Parts: sequence; C-alpha cells; structure tokens
Amino acid sequence: MKMPEKQAPAPPKPANGSEAIIRIEGIDKTYVLSAENIVHALRGVHLSIDQGSYVAIMGPSGSGKSTMLNILGCLDRPTSGSYWLGGENVATMPDDELSEARGKKIGFIFQSYNLIAQLTVIENIQVPLFYQGVDLAASQGRCVELAKLVGLGDRMDHRPAQLSGGQQQRVAIARSLVNDPIMILADEPTGNLDSRTGTEVLEMIGQLNAHGKTIVLVTHDDKVAARAHRVIHMKDGLIDREVINRPVPHAPK
Amino acid sequence: MVGFKLISSVKLGIKSLLLHKLRSSLTMLGIIFGVCSVIAMLAIGEGASYEAQEAIKKLGSNNIIIRSLKPAEESRQSGNVGRTFLLDYGLKYSDGSRLASTIPGVARVLPMRIIRESVRFDQNEVPCQVIGTLPYYKEIVGVDILRGRFLTEMDELYQENVCVLTLGLASRLFPYQDPLKMSIKVGSSYYRVVGMVREKNTVEQRTQSGKLSGEPLDNNIYIPLSTSRSRFGEILTRMSAGSFQMEKIELHQITVQMKDTSAVEAADPQIRTLLKHFHTRNDYELIVPLELLRQARQTQRIFNIVLGSIAAISLLVGGIGIMNIMLATVTERTREIGVRRALGAKKRDITAQFLVETVVLSVGGGLVGVIIGVITPIAVTHLSGMKTIVTLSSVLLAFGISGAIGIIFGLYPANAAAQLDPIEALRHE
Repeated sequence: MKMPEKQAPAPPKPANGSEAIIRIEGIDKTYVLSAENIVHALRGVHLSIDQGSYVAIMGPSGSGKSTMLNILGCLDRPTSGSYWLGGENVATMPDDELSEARGKKIGFIFQSYNLIAQLTVIENIQVPLFYQGVDLAASQGRCVELAKLVGLGDRMDHRPAQLSGGQQQRVAIARSLVNDPIMILADEPTGNLDSRTGTEVLEMIGQLNAHGKTIVLVTHDDKVAARAHRVIHMKDGLIDREVINRPVPHAPK
Repeated sequence: MVGFKLISSVKLGIKSLLLHKLRSSLTMLGIIFGVCSVIAMLAIGEGASYEAQEAIKKLGSNNIIIRSLKPAEESRQSGNVGRTFLLDYGLKYSDGSRLASTIPGVARVLPMRIIRESVRFDQNEVPCQVIGTLPYYKEIVGVDILRGRFLTEMDELYQENVCVLTLGLASRLFPYQDPLKMSIKVGSSYYRVVGMVREKNTVEQRTQSGKLSGEPLDNNIYIPLSTSRSRFGEILTRMSAGSFQMEKIELHQITVQMKDTSAVEAADPQIRTLLKHFHTRNDYELIVPLELLRQARQTQRIFNIVLGSIAAISLLVGGIGIMNIMLATVTERTREIGVRRALGAKKRDITAQFLVETVVLSVGGGLVGVIIGVITPIAVTHLSGMKTIVTLSSVLLAFGISGAIGIIFGLYPANAAAQLDPIEALRHE
C-alpha cells in the first residue's frame, strides 16, 4: 500500500466555533495508467464541511467530481493528503477499516438506487447493520420506523422490483440513515427520477438536513444544487469556486 | 455474534439460490450424483466382499485344509480308452500322522475319505458322498446332531457298520419312514443309521478342487474311517463309458486344526515344505482360509479404491460445475457486491457470502445425495438380490467430501468476488 508522505496532524479546531466534521487537506489523486500516461484527478484539494451543513458538489465530467465522491465515500484512498472524518484520518486506513468507516460513518444514496434485488424493503434497510454485526432482531423496530419515515410503512415486505423508482430511492434514503452516519453522500439522487418524484426525494433530503444531518450531494443540476447551503464547483481537479446560498444554522442539536 | 452472522448468511445464501431454482438444482445434480454413487458403489462393494468373507470364515480361520488332487499328467493318460491304469496319488495316512507330530501348534488332524457312491433303501437310490472320518469331525467341521448320535470312538475301533445321515439325504431316502435304526445299503454293505445331523456350514461341503464353492450338497453319509477303509478298500474302481479306472487314494482330505490363528501363518509354509518332501508330484492342494480371507479383504480394498475413485471423479466434476456457476453468479452480481462493499461489507464478508452459497449448494446436494445413495442399494438388493451394505463411514465420507468440495471450489469464486474494486463494481451494469 502506498503511504502518504507524512502523517497529517490532528485537525485544528476551526476559529468560528462550529464543528468541521469533515476536513480534507491537500488531497492528491493520480492514476498511473502507464509510464507516460499519468492522470491527475485531484491536485491538492482542501475542503472542510461543518456538522449539519448541506453541500452540493458540481462540475463538468473530468473535473475530478467522481474521484472526490469516491474519496469522500471512503471507497478510494487519496494518493496523498489527509481526510479527517469524524476525528479519524481515513486516508491511510487499510481496506477492512475503510469498509468499517463506510459502514459506520457514511450513508450512501445512489443515482440508480442500488437496492439488493433478492431482499425485501425492510431487509434492504438492514443491510448496513448486518455488516456492523448488529442484532437484526433487536434493530427491527428502528428499521420499521425508518420505513415509515420514508412513507413505505405498508410496503415493508415488497421487493425492489415491485416498487417505483421514487419508492426505491426512498428505501435507499432509509437505508442510508439506519447506521446513523456522520454524513449522507448522495450521488445524483434524482438523476433517474421524473421531476415530481425527484422533488419529493429532495424534500426528504432537505428535511433530513433540517434535523441536523450533514449532506453532501453530487449533481449537475443547478436546481438541485440550489437547495444546498454551499455549492462547490470543481474544475480540473481543483475547487474552482464556492457559492454560499445561505448560512448553516448553528448548533442544530 | 459470529453464530448469528453465520445463520443470517446461510439464510441469505438460500434466498439467493432460491432466486434461480432451476440453475441451483441443476448445479446440485452433479453433487447429488457424486455422493449417491460414492455411497451406492461402496455399499455394493462392501456387500459383495462380505458374502465372500463369510464363505471363507465358514471354512474355519483356525483350519488348514489339504485336499488330494489328481495330478494333471495322470488325468490326461486316463483319458485313453480301453487302457487300465492304477492311479496312485493323494494324501496318505502317514501324512496325517506326520503333520500331527512335526508341525508346532497343531491341535488336531482330521483325516477324511470321501467316496462317491449310491445309497439304497428299499426302492430308493440316491447318489451321495460317503465320508469316512473320525468322531471329532463334528467339532472341527461343525455339525448339529438332530437325532440319535454322531460316530463314536467305539464305532471306529470295531469298524462298525453304522452311519450318520445328513438331513437332506435322510428325507430323500426315507420319505415315509423314520430312518433311525434302519439299514441302508452303500456299495455292497449294509449300514445301520444311528443319527441325523445337519452341517453348520454348508459351504464346507466337499468342493471341487480349486474352487471355494461346489455343488450344494446335503448328501452326506458319515461312516467310521476304519469302516470306510475296510469296506471300500484303498483302491477305488470307477466305471465310465466302457473303460474303468482304478485309483489308489488313502485319504481325500486332511483338515489340520491349529491352536490359534497366529499359528496358522507359521504352519502354512511348514506344511508345504513337509508335503513337498514326501510327495514327488503335485497331487494335493492347500487351502488356508485365513490367507483367503486376507486376500479377499485385500481385493475388497482395491475394489473399494477403484469404485471410490470413480465416484470421487464424479464428485469432482460436480464441484467444477458448482465453481463454474458461482463464477457466473459473481459476474452477474458484481453490482450487488459493489453495493454491499459500499454499505460496509469487508472483503471477508463478501468471501463468506459466496462461500456460504457454494457450501449450501454442495451440502444441500450432499444431503439429497445421501438420501438417494441410501435408497439405491436397497433398490439394487431388491431387484437383483445382490447383497449391499451401507456403512456409516461411507455416508460420512461422501457427505464430508461434498462439503469439502463446496469449500474448495467455492473459495476461488468467492475470493474473486471479494477482490472486486468497489468503485468498478458499483459502476458495473
């Protein structure tokens, strides 16, 4: 495994008093395709995201947006730099710990829902808990509650194939919440939905944020991005510019 | 927690397999046939060798049997029509006493004269074997006395004209009367029937030379050895197709009973050496039931290995089938693997998931195979009358192999699944 050049120090407390739950410091990601062909997907990105904020990441293809998403989601490790997620530097974690970090700290919402076909709604919601080794019987109540929260209380025994796209995405939202993550990472959550159901899903995500969840959303739709507190535009592996739509409400808890 | 995870994994595995019922059951077929054939083949092999071993055991594992044998070159000559030969061959009385006195570990030596003759009573004439022997025949060979008594020392001493009949012969000769105390005619003399017996091990009947089983005879008359010697004489004349043939045989068979089975092994070469010294021609054969038993077991082992490997190959093929399907499944479910990895599954969780599915397939197939494998030998026995023995060890072996195959052939696909890059897997269409 390739180690970063130096171990980053513990993240300094930000001056403004709010909790920077996510801190990315000088992250590089290079893909060595061959000796001559080296792609620099990220070139020393700095980013910090406060607890309870709603951040949208935008950018054209090839801007490093997807790579950023993979690193934020702990699916990939940066070539160098550090990534502090809830007090831990996940940039240098071995694969197993990275899996655990994903399972405990991140809730994923995908463009194509990515529910597991052979499982029912309630079982799909339980999947992250299964890999945490949580007793599924004991957490059944919580999963039912989440299913009701996303409005699928009457369809808990349905399989994904029996649900509409909007319903599937709502199951995915419930699934992303089940492990009580630090951050919900949504990758084009409305990309496969019509505008009405898309709006419903966005409303739901907005409500989650209103209840204090930190949301990072990747999109190329300006309307979707408009719902976020901050919009980060990426270009050529760097943060090009940042737009603050509205301030992050303080101390949501 | 591990137990809970395992149970959930097994449930999940079964659920995934049930999604493709036809595919799963076809995959299981390979294992089912493999396990079934292992059990059935071993059962048939075991049954066949059991019968052979039982037949040999009846000869008595403590005994060494020496039989007179017509030398090959003499029998060719005797084929010449119109010529009369006196064939002098076979075991002598002196052989018996020499064996008793020189071979260590000998308990008793039982001489026998076996003469084919017809026995008559009233209008009935039945071909039979007249066995001239000593009273302790009944202990060494083993007979049940049904009525009357067996031969005694006194009969032997006074060359009494008494005889003991086997049950089968008695019923043929005396359909209506009670045979006890009747007189029957054998050759030119009359004998009084003093008892009726049944041989414990009918296999022990006089067999043809070189074979273990001969005619299933229950046609024996037992007379004292001394009587046989004086009434029939040493020279036996046989008429056949215009020529007659004279044979001088003193004893037809000597059964040497050893004190224990360990003495048998030592005595075998000693007896051979002794007989070789006094017999210029090869006019006898030695049958050592213990040795035969050992050979039969050896043969059975080879038989089992051959049958077992054929069956094992079919299990192997079944395993390869499973591996093939699992590899296809991994490709098909790449995206699911990506999702699971994103949701916190470690590499070993993915390995475990696919390994469990493979093991569920193979163990499920193994269970069905065991059931069919136990039924098949029963059906074979029922249809062909062949003896089959299903041993617990063969069932455990077959089942164990099927489980092992699940793990061995499941490891590669499961590992391939775990090594998938989650990002690539998530992008997979």
